Amino acid sequence: MLKKRIIPCLDVDQGRVVKGVNFVDLIDAGDPVEQAKIYNSEGADELCFLDITASSDDRETLFEVVKKTAENCFIPLTVGGGVRTIDDISRLLHHGADKVSINTAAVENIDMVAEAAKKYGSSTIVIAVDAKKNGDKSWNIFTHGGRKSTDIDALEYCIEVANLGAGEILLTSMDRDGTKIGFDTELLSTVSSAVDIPVIASGGVGNLEHFVEGVLKGGASALLAASIFHFGEYSIKDVKTYLAERNIAVRI
Amino acid sequence: MKLVIINYGSGNLHSVHKAFEAVNNNSENPYEIIVTNTPSEILNADKLVLPGVGAFQDCKNAIHKIDGLFESLEQVVIGEKKAFMGICVGMQLLAEKSLEFGECEGFGWIPGEVIKIDTPADYKIPHMGWNEVTFRNHELLNNISQNSDFYFVHSFYFRTHKNENCIATTKYPNPITAAVLKENIFGTQFHPEKSHNNGKQIITNFLEWEPS
Repeated sequence: MLKKRIIPCLDVDQGRVVKGVNFVDLIDAGDPVEQAKIYNSEGADELCFLDITASSDDRETLFEVVKKTAENCFIPLTVGGGVRTIDDISRLLHHGADKVSINTAAVENIDMVAEAAKKYGSSTIVIAVDAKKNGDKSWNIFTHGGRKSTDIDALEYCIEVANLGAGEILLTSMDRDGTKIGFDTELLSTVSSAVDIPVIASGGVGNLEHFVEGVLKGGASALLAASIFHFGEYSIKDVKTYLAERNIAVRI
Repeated sequence: MKLVIINYGSGNLHSVHKAFEAVNNNSENPYEIIVTNTPSEILNADKLVLPGVGAFQDCKNAIHKIDGLFESLEQVVIGEKKAFMGICVGMQLLAEKSLEFGECEGFGWIPGEVIKIDTPADYKIPHMGWNEVTFRNHELLNNISQNSDFYFVHSFYFRTHKNENCIATTKYPNPITAAVLKENIFGTQFHPEKSHNNGKQIITNFLEWEPS
């Protein structure tokens, strides 16, 4: 049986791990390569780096981090943040990323999704969607790391990128991110039931039961979390044991 | 002894290279690992690895674009029967044809075709993530337990015409070929380079393998 994936996410700024609460107030939590190695040995199913470095001058640090991680961790590595062009994707893959996640650039130029999927294969292209509730069963997407609103409907956008060849959707609830009150399972199930491709749940996980909800209520194929792991509140193993006890298939 | 990883611009080349290096560095008789697309170097290989991600036709075109690459592969694998391992699309290319984006011819080294995974409506495609693999006993699967998890990412799979060429399967929920074998030719649908310790074990087994 295909296992539900547990994905620790490292927010990386100029080569250091940080994690924000509602995308601001960053707190330093260590060296990304060392953290990645720990997650790898703890049984993480994949790793995700989100580069939040504002200046493109400092992007080289990220490539070095990606390269070192890929040399040490033999599980899939997704890298996102600041991916603007097909050339950015190419460079990340070349440094050892297995998948590249695209957010703002895909919203501004939707054709990029098809182009990237055609060039590198759908399985390489993750579309990151930051969604904020706008009304009953309605969410709009935000770009620029959650700083800029759009009037684009999240569900319609997800269906469109799936049709264009995206391999996966990394769906973050802006309302829940950093709150630790649980995933927005309504958002997750709405999107997950409308697209054929896997949906990764992100934003709001604060305890073990939230992971269960992401799968059972949200219909997520994978569950992404950041601070809950970094500060040692729970280990990857804690999450997997908890899910397994509730008959959710995980890789132990 | 030389192990050649074929470089034709495949997206997982780097990961495959690093994983083989990591395993090889711990080996008692390490190989010289060469990443190349030069026919003369391929002709000198003792073992060959063909990575591959993306679309079948794109991978095939990329290989055929490089002068003499396919011919040198054929010479070493079919002519001289050197050990070969294809990964993901590198494994699918062994088939006679693929039906992804219209019909496209493969190498035709193992009878069968590459077809869309047939799933009930509520199953996500691509088949992405860790799934259990069952297999026939073979030295390439030494020190791996039945139902071990491996990392898959694909929407099409290799349906072999002969059961004997399918040595491992996974279920989603219908059976899917997870690995193929014909004489000196081995291929995995899953990514050993991304399958943590189980993947490293497959690579170890391939490095030790001496096809008869």
